[in-house]
Amino acid sequence: MLPKVPREKLVEFCRRMLLIRHFEESLIGLHDQGRFEGHYHVYIGQEATGVPALSCLGQKDILFTTHRNHGHLLARGADPGKLFAEILGRKDGYNQGKGGTFHVAAAELGFLHTSGIVAGIIPLAVGAAYAAKAKKRDQITVCLIGDGALEEGAAPESFNLASLWKLPVLFLCENNGKYGPGRATGAAQSATMAVYPLTDLPVAYKIPARQIDGTDAGAVHAAFSEAVAKIRRGEGPRFIETQTVRWPGGETNWPAVPVPTDVSLAWDASAVPERAREWYRSSDPVLIFIRELVEKGQATKTEIAEIDKGARQTIEQAARFALESLFPEPKEALKDVFAQR
Amino acid sequence: MRELAYYEAKLEALSEIMADDRVHLMGGSFLSLSPRRTLFRKIKERYPDRVADPPISELGYCGLAIGAAMAGLRPVVDLSTGSFIYEAWPQVVNEAANAFYMSGGQTRAPVVFHILHGIRGQGAAQHSHSPQAMLWNCPGLEIVLPSSPKDVKGLLKSAVESPNPTIFVDHVQLFEIRGPVPEGDLVIPFGQAEVKRQGKDVTVIATSLEVQRSLNVAGQLAREGIEVEVADPRTVAPLDFATLLASVEKTGRVVIVDQCHKSCGIAAELAARIAEEGFDKLKAPIRRVTAPDVPIPFSPPLEEFVTPTEPRIIEAIRSVLR
Repeated sequence: MLPKVPREKLVEFCRRMLLIRHFEESLIGLHDQGRFEGHYHVYIGQEATGVPALSCLGQKDILFTTHRNHGHLLARGADPGKLFAEILGRKDGYNQGKGGTFHVAAAELGFLHTSGIVAGIIPLAVGAAYAAKAKKRDQITVCLIGDGALEEGAAPESFNLASLWKLPVLFLCENNGKYGPGRATGAAQSATMAVYPLTDLPVAYKIPARQIDGTDAGAVHAAFSEAVAKIRRGEGPRFIETQTVRWPGGETNWPAVPVPTDVSLAWDASAVPERAREWYRSSDPVLIFIRELVEKGQATKTEIAEIDKGARQTIEQAARFALESLFPEPKEALKDVFAQR
Repeated sequence: MRELAYYEAKLEALSEIMADDRVHLMGGSFLSLSPRRTLFRKIKERYPDRVADPPISELGYCGLAIGAAMAGLRPVVDLSTGSFIYEAWPQVVNEAANAFYMSGGQTRAPVVFHILHGIRGQGAAQHSHSPQAMLWNCPGLEIVLPSSPKDVKGLLKSAVESPNPTIFVDHVQLFEIRGPVPEGDLVIPFGQAEVKRQGKDVTVIATSLEVQRSLNVAGQLAREGIEVEVADPRTVAPLDFATLLASVEKTGRVVIVDQCHKSCGIAAELAARIAEEGFDKLKAPIRRVTAPDVPIPFSPPLEEFVTPTEPRIIEAIRSVLR
C-alpha cells in the first residue's frame, strides 16, 4: 500500500528510491571498472524500507548504521557525489577518504558513526539515546542493523540496557534474508540463529517489537510513524523487523547487476534474465512502489519516467564529481588520530 | 602544601568533575572493593541521576558510554578490575578508538574508561592484568597512569576535559599513599612526564605503582651514594618522550619498570625508542623489570616471583651500574 502522505511526498519517496537504485547500480559498475577495491554491500531491494522509515524522523534525530549504509544516507538526503567520493577514497568524500564504503559518516545528517562490525553500533545507539534522555532533548536515535547483528552479544546486552533505562531508541532490523539462499523457512529462519521470529529476542527484554513487509512502503511508513511517536512520548525503545527478499544480484559478496533497472520493468519484466525475473516481478520494492503510484492515480507513467530521468542525471553527475575529485595527500594518513583540545 | 591520601585526592577529583553536568559516572568501584569504597556513596547520593549502576554487561555499557559521548556527554565508566575491559574490547578498540579518524574528524568520543590494573594480591590470572600496553597498540586512545595523590587528581580532571577516548589506568595498591596536593583547581595536562626524583647515576622510568616502588628504591640506594633519577611518563599516549630521553642522556643508564608482561609491554616500547634515539648516549644495556611472559599465578610465593618488586628493581639498577 502507499504511505498516507501528500502526493508531493510520494513523488519524493519515488525519487529517493530511484536515486538509491541508480546509485548502487552505478557503484557496482565503478567497482567492476576497478575504481575501488574490496567487498562492499548495496541497498538494492530495501529502498522501500529506508526511504519511508527515515522520512518519519526529525532533523535533530541521530542515526547509526552499518556496512549497508549507502541507502540510509541517500534516504536522509545525502549528497551522492560526496558519497561516491568517499567510497572511491577521494578527498571530497564525506570522511575525506578515511572511511570508505563501510564507514560513511555525515554528522550534519545525524549519522555520527558507521561501523563495519554488524552489531557494533547497537550499544552506541543506545548510548546516544541515553544522552538525549539525560539532556531532556526532543531527540530519538535510530539503530539501523541487519538480521545478522542479532547474532552478536552486543545486541542482547544493549536491548537489556535500552529497556531497563527506557531509552528513546528505535531499532530497525532489516532482514533481507526472507526466502534467501541458504536460509530455512518454517521452524527457524537461518542456519545461524535459533531465535525465530527474530522479534522474540527484543521481546524477551520487554521491548515491543513487530515484523512488517519491508517492500511495502505504506506499512513501513505507518509502523515507523507510530513507533517514533511513542518513543518521543517517552514510552521507551521499540524494535521493528522489516522483511525483504534478497536481491538476486547480491547473493555473494560481489554484487552483480542482472539487469539495469528501468522503470518500464514495473509493467514488463521480460527483459530480465530468467533466473532473476521473479524477483523483479514480485519482490522489487521500487517497481512495486511505482506500480502502486500509477494504479492509485498518484502519478502517470510519463511522470515516473521524468522522475527516473532526473535521478539518473543526478547520479551520473555525482559519479563524475567523484571521479574528478583528487585522492587525499598521502601524509593525511597521519592526521586526525586524536581530536585537539 | 596540604597532604592527602591518594584515595582522598581521587575522591576529590571525582566530586569536582561532577560540577560539569555532562559528566555521568557509570559503575561504582572507582575506589575498588577496598574499605574506602563506601566514600563513593556520597557522590551517588548527591548526583543520583548522573551515577548509573549498569548490569554486568561491559560490552553493552561501555558502548553505551561511547555513544553517549558522541552525542554530547562526558561519561566516565568504571570497569573496576582492569581485565574486565576485555569484555568491552570491540567497543573500546574498534569503535571508540577509530571513531574520530574513521569519520574524517567529524565525530568525537570523549569517554573515560577507569580500570584498576596489575598485580593486586592473589588476583590470579584473570584479575591481575595490565591491559595498557595492548591498548597503546590501538591508535586513538589516550592512556593515563597516575602514581601519586597529586597526579591522580590532576590527571582525572584532565581526562574528563579530553576530547578523546581515554583509559584511566589506576592501581589499587596506590590508594593509601600520602602526598602533597595543591588546594583548589588542579589540572595536569596529558603528555607531560615528571621527573619525580633527580639523580645523576641512573634513570629509572616507571609507571603507576612501580613509580612508588622506584622512589623507595632510590631512597635506599641514596644511602649507598647511588643517585637514582626517577622519571614518570604519567601518560603514555600522548607520550612526553623528550623528558624521558633527556634524563637517559644525562645519566647514560636506564632501567624501565612496569607491570605489563615483558614482550610488547610498555617497557618494551620505551626501550625500543631509547635504543632508536638515544643509543649513542647509553653507557650500559637497557634493563627492563616487568612481569615475565606468564599468566599471573595465585599462590603468594608464585605471585611474588613474577612481580616487579623493590629487590628486583635494585638488582636491575646494580646491573646497569656495573
